[in-house]
Amino acid sequence: MSGSIDVSLGQVAAALALVALAAAISRWRRADLEGDIAVATVRSFVQLTAIGYAIEAIFEADSIWLVLALLAVMVLFGALTARRRASRVPGAFGPLLIALVAAAATTLGLVVALDIFEPTPRYLVPVGGMVIGNAMTAAAVALNRLGDEMADSRARIEATLALGAPAREASAPIVRRALRSGTIALIDSTKTTGLIFFPGTMVGMLLAGAEPTDAVRLQLILLYALLGSVSIAALVATSLAYRNFFTPAQQLREPEPEHAR
Amino acid sequence: MLFELRDVSLLRAGRRVLDSVSAGIEPGATAVVGPSGSGKSTLLRLLNRLADPDAGQVSYRGRPLTAYDPLALRREVALVPQLPALLDGTVESNLRYAAGLAGEELDGERCLGLAGLASDFAGRDVGELSVGERQRAMLARALAQRPRVLLLDEPTSALDQAARDEVEATLLRLRRELDLSLIVVTHDPEQARRLGERALRLEAGRVVASGSLEEALA
Repeated sequence: MSGSIDVSLGQVAAALALVALAAAISRWRRADLEGDIAVATVRSFVQLTAIGYAIEAIFEADSIWLVLALLAVMVLFGALTARRRASRVPGAFGPLLIALVAAAATTLGLVVALDIFEPTPRYLVPVGGMVIGNAMTAAAVALNRLGDEMADSRARIEATLALGAPAREASAPIVRRALRSGTIALIDSTKTTGLIFFPGTMVGMLLAGAEPTDAVRLQLILLYALLGSVSIAALVATSLAYRNFFTPAQQLREPEPEHAR
Repeated sequence: MLFELRDVSLLRAGRRVLDSVSAGIEPGATAVVGPSGSGKSTLLRLLNRLADPDAGQVSYRGRPLTAYDPLALRREVALVPQLPALLDGTVESNLRYAAGLAGEELDGERCLGLAGLASDFAGRDVGELSVGERQRAMLARALAQRPRVLLLDEPTSALDQAARDEVEATLLRLRRELDLSLIVVTHDPEQARRLGERALRLEAGRVVASGSLEEALA
């Protein structure tokens, strides 16, 4: 890939004009979002600047171990963030962590093994970040749905267990719907990509001066990689997490009080 | 002795739902009677291990329940819950699923007949059934497993009087025609008298009387 562009801090500062516009709209319409807008602006600046320096350092060190350490931190924070959305799933952290590790390892492993990307920090860091971020959202949505449906369907699950059905069968329709809900958003957005919205990678590459065909091909690779990682994450998270609703004797556990966790 | 409970306690959210319950349940028809919240349904759920006690022991035919495979136990000791909860699909697909789990050939007509449903119910979608019909379909589904014990949790609570009389007649017929023990949870002492041969009376998680109907319901 060729070409890079220089962006000055002055240009970034100029873009704050649009933030000011957002704050003005909020104030005018009394949406009471000025505080949040300010926090979002400062946090994005600090966080992205920090990660920018970190990535620069990792690129310069050119060490695969540093890359793995960075990806491990992303996976950890991803699992912690997703757990908040999966509050009705007991012990959700373990399944989420394993799901994100599996999604990241499989996806990155395959794109390297198939010679799509070189195993260098310049590829692994951004692709890893995208993969883990999307896997996190998918796993969180899937477990959120799983928790809600398990709570709503207790009577039917117990009636099925009472027939001597194993927990896996008694919860199978719910696990299936949870898996679907985790992956359907990305599948839908992949269907409409290029028609209704331009995905970020393509926009970035076009702005950076790349040929449109290159931008499109890279975007396709990433979309396909994301489909894989999102499916793995939702599959692993739901297949592990549903077990936490049952005891080893195939009993449906009593729900924990909502505020206990 | 069919079931024996020894010093059984169960806590739920810090509350003692069952408090040192000791009782024996003999083969035949036993009514478990008591006001709502007395722990009747919880006791029933212990008998096929949908729940385990926090203290004490439950035995079935002389062996602790924990010595049985819970899935095999539930096919032998079938529980029909208070609220009907069938799987999506037809009545027949529900019966077939239950029979398959128990490794039994399905005789749908027999099961439906025993539960007081005409054989043309087999093809009906469970979503089209009335509450009473669903209750009977649940009973037919349990019978498809050829259980030895039937646990019934308030089997007529959702029914009007005519439907209630029919279900009671069905249960009495089952008791006569099959070698089947019934344990019926009910809040209604009159129903206990009609369905039970013996009774167990619970109040606030404790057994206050047990034995013959006269003794237990006096």
